[in-house]
Amino acid sequence: MFETILAFFRAIGHQVTAAICRLGRAVRFFLSVFWLSGTAFRRFHLTIREIYFSGVLSLIIILVSGLFVGMVLGLQGYETLQRYGSSEALGVLVSLSLVRELGPVVAGLLFASRAGSAITAEIGLMKATEQLSAMEMMAVNPIARVVAPRFWGGVISMPLLAALFSAMGVFGGWLVGVVMIGVDDGSFWSQMQAAVDFRLDIINGVIKSFVFGVLVSMIAVFEGYDSEPTAEGVSSATTRTVVTSALAILFADFILTALMFRGQ
Amino acid sequence: MKTVSEEILLQIENLQFTYDERPVLQGINMRIPKGRVVAVMGGSGCGKTTLLRLIGGQLRPSSGKLRVGEYDVPNLDVDALYAMRRRMGMLFQFGALFTDMSVFDNVAFPMREHTDLPPEIIRDLVLMKLNAVGLRGAAYLMPSELSGGMARRVALARTIALDPMLIMYDEPFAGLDPISLGVVGQLIRHLNDALGATSIIVTHDVYECLKIVDYVYFVSQGVIVAEGTADEIRASDAPFVKQFVNAEVDGPVPFHYPAMDYRQELLNDHV
Repeated sequence: MFETILAFFRAIGHQVTAAICRLGRAVRFFLSVFWLSGTAFRRFHLTIREIYFSGVLSLIIILVSGLFVGMVLGLQGYETLQRYGSSEALGVLVSLSLVRELGPVVAGLLFASRAGSAITAEIGLMKATEQLSAMEMMAVNPIARVVAPRFWGGVISMPLLAALFSAMGVFGGWLVGVVMIGVDDGSFWSQMQAAVDFRLDIINGVIKSFVFGVLVSMIAVFEGYDSEPTAEGVSSATTRTVVTSALAILFADFILTALMFRGQ
Repeated sequence: MKTVSEEILLQIENLQFTYDERPVLQGINMRIPKGRVVAVMGGSGCGKTTLLRLIGGQLRPSSGKLRVGEYDVPNLDVDALYAMRRRMGMLFQFGALFTDMSVFDNVAFPMREHTDLPPEIIRDLVLMKLNAVGLRGAAYLMPSELSGGMARRVALARTIALDPMLIMYDEPFAGLDPISLGVVGQLIRHLNDALGATSIIVTHDVYECLKIVDYVYFVSQGVIVAEGTADEIRASDAPFVKQFVNAEVDGPVPFHYPAMDYRQELLNDHV
């Protein structure tokens, strides 16, 4: 009995110690990435390549999802607004929902599952096949050469993807509200123009998407670099990237929303 | 085989390495003169690859001395370590080619990273390195289009891209067909002599290895149990060497993993 209790506490202690060690490794890793980011900017073609892989190749899923989310918002928004006789405010509802919340959050979640998982899998496989060790033995720091360009590629891509998601969503809302249902075109756009504030809504949305980009990219590169160099290890790391990124985005969104829009 | 000087390139004294409180290397001593091709052999998990990683500075020893040329490896700071590695090459077990780059770009990689050579000079150098391993015609293939033997040869071309003073090979013969095995073996010898480099080969392949090396170290349980020239090893009566060279199932390296008495375990009631 005593042995069982002891083993239980030992297991808990082991889990806590392992978690603290991992946190320590993560902090050291992030500091190294920032410290060694010079290469990613001096040789910007390395970062541009990663913007292509993380950003350009995510365009299809972002644009299509944005369109459908906007169309659903148009339908649901119209359904609710018409009960109060304010269906002309559909443009405001669609645009504010997208720019403030859905654009950065949904684009962030999609970015984590499309690009974040790919970054983790790529770095994890490079580790498992000794490509990172080979680079180290060639006196090339893999954090500077492999990790930093991927990190900054993700950070730069994310706000652009979120902006495109929102733009596509507004188009989807217009398509359903104006073209299909028949809401007045002028009211749709003019109310949107009057209600959406550049600093409060657009800039805050961009800040959110930038923060989500930093979070997802950091999680993705760290999970890949810290993964067990086996097929199972890479698979677990990829799963952890998507799950951790999703939770981090939703938590950060709550904090940022509370800071940005309190009392308004 | 070329005549070689007796100037010592790699010197290891009483090198010890412990991983997770488990002793991996327990007092290794080696002296490898410049120009030699030396093999380190031993069973799986005996610490051969760890030894290469210690020489390359990827691991730090628990104690002991390790010098490569003028570099005191365990005490190097990051800049000095990278300076040393620029003069080293390492061939990994399965080549470790960068899968997102062509053969040409893989070989050009160290040159682009460490030199300011113009593209046309890099192109010529890459083609010369690839020609040396017989793969100039494969310059624009991707690693996924290469056979195991070809990938190993491309990795060899990349390893010698900056004309290293020391080349380390981690299981260069693993998984190769007999023809590729012979080709890689001969390339290791010829390139070492042509470049005036020194080579350390970690391998299990006794037959192929003894054809090309000058000297052999046998490692077992973290210590050197035998050493000598290829002829001395072939003629050796040491039980470990005999078991290894003749591929005997049982001997100093036991067939069975340590366990409780067989009879007692079968009669034991516990499941």
